[in-house]
Amino acid sequence: MVALPGENTPPATSSYDDDGKPGFFARWFYSTNHKDIGTLYLIFAIISGLIGGFLSFMMRMELAQPGIDFFQNEHQYLVYVSMHGLIMIFFMVMPAVIGGFGNWFVPIMIGAPDMAFPRMNNLSFWLLPTALICLLISFVVPGNANGNGFGGSWVMYPPLSTTGHPGPAFDFIIIGLLAAGFSSIFGAINFITTILNMRAPGMTMHKMPLFAWSVLVTAFLLLLALPVLAASLFMLFTDRIPGGTGFFDPARGGDPQMFQHLFWFFGHPEVYIMILPAFGIVSHIVSTFSKKPIFGYLGMAYAMVAIGVVGFVVWAHHMYTVGMDVNLKAYFLAATLVIAVPTGVKIFSWLATMWGGSIRYSIPMQWALAFIFLFVVGGVTGVMLANAGVDAYLHDTYYVVAHFHYVLSMGAVFGIFAGFYYWFGKMFGVQYNKWLAGAHFWLFFVGVNVIFFPQHFLGLNGMPRRYVDYPEEFAIWNQVSSMGAWITLAGVAFFFLMLIEALILNRKRVGDNYWGEGATTLEWTLSSPPPYHQFNTLPRIEETDGH
Amino acid sequence: MRSKNTVIALIVAVVLAVISYMILAFVGLSGERGEGMPVIGGFYLQEAETPVMEELTKVYNLVTYIIAGIVAFVLGLMAFIMIRFREKANPVPSKTTHHVGLEIAWTIAPVLILLWIAVPSMNLLYNQDVIKDTEVTVKAVGNTWNWSYTYPDHENVEEIISNPLDKTQSKAAGKPYLLATDAALVVPVDTNVKVLVTSINNMHSWTVPSFGIKMDAVPGIINETWFRAKREGTFYGQCSEICGIKHYYMPIEVQVVSKADYAKWIANDGSFTTTVAQNNLGSGQTAAQK
Repeated sequence: MVALPGENTPPATSSYDDDGKPGFFARWFYSTNHKDIGTLYLIFAIISGLIGGFLSFMMRMELAQPGIDFFQNEHQYLVYVSMHGLIMIFFMVMPAVIGGFGNWFVPIMIGAPDMAFPRMNNLSFWLLPTALICLLISFVVPGNANGNGFGGSWVMYPPLSTTGHPGPAFDFIIIGLLAAGFSSIFGAINFITTILNMRAPGMTMHKMPLFAWSVLVTAFLLLLALPVLAASLFMLFTDRIPGGTGFFDPARGGDPQMFQHLFWFFGHPEVYIMILPAFGIVSHIVSTFSKKPIFGYLGMAYAMVAIGVVGFVVWAHHMYTVGMDVNLKAYFLAATLVIAVPTGVKIFSWLATMWGGSIRYSIPMQWALAFIFLFVVGGVTGVMLANAGVDAYLHDTYYVVAHFHYVLSMGAVFGIFAGFYYWFGKMFGVQYNKWLAGAHFWLFFVGVNVIFFPQHFLGLNGMPRRYVDYPEEFAIWNQVSSMGAWITLAGVAFFFLMLIEALILNRKRVGDNYWGEGATTLEWTLSSPPPYHQFNTLPRIEETDGH
Repeated sequence: MRSKNTVIALIVAVVLAVISYMILAFVGLSGERGEGMPVIGGFYLQEAETPVMEELTKVYNLVTYIIAGIVAFVLGLMAFIMIRFREKANPVPSKTTHHVGLEIAWTIAPVLILLWIAVPSMNLLYNQDVIKDTEVTVKAVGNTWNWSYTYPDHENVEEIISNPLDKTQSKAAGKPYLLATDAALVVPVDTNVKVLVTSINNMHSWTVPSFGIKMDAVPGIINETWFRAKREGTFYGQCSEICGIKHYYMPIEVQVVSKADYAKWIANDGSFTTTVAQNNLGSGQTAAQK
């Protein structure tokens, strides 16, 4: 895509160093600039990732051998399990892909000066640290008679989350998740408005870059799914009040399974909320480093729409064992298998984009290729789990844990790192050290596979999830899995070394389009980092330009 | 030069695909199988002890052959593309962005593969879920944190409270820790057994992997499932729905006995004659005896 005024670095009047940036406090604490808010989101996601990663590392240390060694009691372990899930989902992956990269690059890619509602954007961000503080407080306030914190897993099923945890710990989680949910809803409104109304002249929907498409679909999923989460959290909240409601209390005519339906009606779209933006990021990277336009652009865009739509009608495949009617299970089985079709279209389109290309294996491309392969591995075990009959064996075993970590910990997270390295120079104006970034990639790649591949075996052998201690038959693969945690930890260390080297020590400047001919979207027409206010003259996208 | 590169890429791709398929499908499906319980270092399903679990194993195998094929195919294709079209070997990229036939093909092919999976999978689902004429009914109630079993058709058999054996007890009994209980559910062999599952507080899930069954215990709701054990023996499972701090410490133990022994056991108000009882520590211990 060629933008006429953006062909060269913008004139001095709007250059990076002379653009009326506010002072430090105003800039970072009540910012309305989409790029600064994006940076804040990314910093926030890194901090949350460290917290969530610490929790999972402690879990792996505990599970390295049979017996209860690391944790004071079983409750504390369950608290770590629950908080790892909630923090990684709501405070690491979502802020990184939607708040971070979405804020940074959706306005630039569609040729808009900023988001539609900059102040609401600011509100969206600052609700998140508030929410995270609520979750962290819940660690240190009583959950139930067994100790502090909430140990009912991220799914929060009643009665364990109502009568099972009468203490204030879970109330703090409800408040925190409501704040995070409103943050996401505001963000979704902002993205939908921005994308539908603020595209540059000539940028039709069918010329829009795929990352913008992915964020648009994600925003609609957020807008439809999160109110359901908010409603079910409110219902839990009033159920918890002594003498309150009894939505989920069978003794008062309620139904605990209804919560599961409500939760998964949100929860299944939620997994696509996490993975779709990663799809968008990977599409750009594959295209850039193959020096070819995306293959089957329309198929790619509408595959994401299809995944989003079908994602709303498959929720009960998370609940095959709750005692549903067999015909209902048969429907959810069939509907779930259907998702493999648009997902297959995406995988093959990425491979076809690479076919005939002139492929360079820079760091972002390594992450993107690993993403594609590992997402296939996680995707096909999803096909296995879709079979309701087989799921009677595998449900709530480590096979499921391995499956969703392959699509999230290696899907979404690899997508995040791919995007981070792809846009690192664009966002911060400096280039990372290739050796440190390569060490990060390889240690992380090996580490997470060593952690999660043996977990398939544990599940097949019958090990259930959320167990602090296990029969010694499971010891070998658990030990291997825990070794992977050490390798991954080393990878994370190299990530921070890379950050320190690039941002503080070296500060090697990069040009406008440091990836060369393959990088064709509008962000590559701007300086690195882009001017504080971009597109003082809107770019014009010509009829003949590709997408 | 170009063609030599293509040949190398092709060889690497095929070798990688074949090796990965061998490992994922053939090695993966030949693992040692635990008999009624997990096996040390196992990487495959537990041995099938009911007809449903046999069918489940077949569907699992079929799906594994297919998904291992998909993974191997994608791996091989990626390897081919990555070698054949690397910058050095292919300096001028093509500009192809559409191929209608190809796009239709990779939409249709997954649909056909999914149909191939869906037919046996649906059969399994209905065979597993639709309860056959049952001769024995037992009721399993999840509690925090143990299981209790009653026999609705035999009121003379008192409620069995099934608590886990701790480390020393299970060692003394020669049974696996975290799987063994002090009082197993007793059922006859070659008999359709209906299990009613419910809970009196938190949710639990009643699971016996080698029977291929898992049914959530939900307060206020009675779920049903069934099994037909093919042989006598002891079969273990573990609670599979998070239920609080002792989630890992409420195992399920099912003791399958001959029909004659079962009849005797029922007639004796839920206790074996001494000869059988010594093999089965504490089985038949009732709530009243505690």
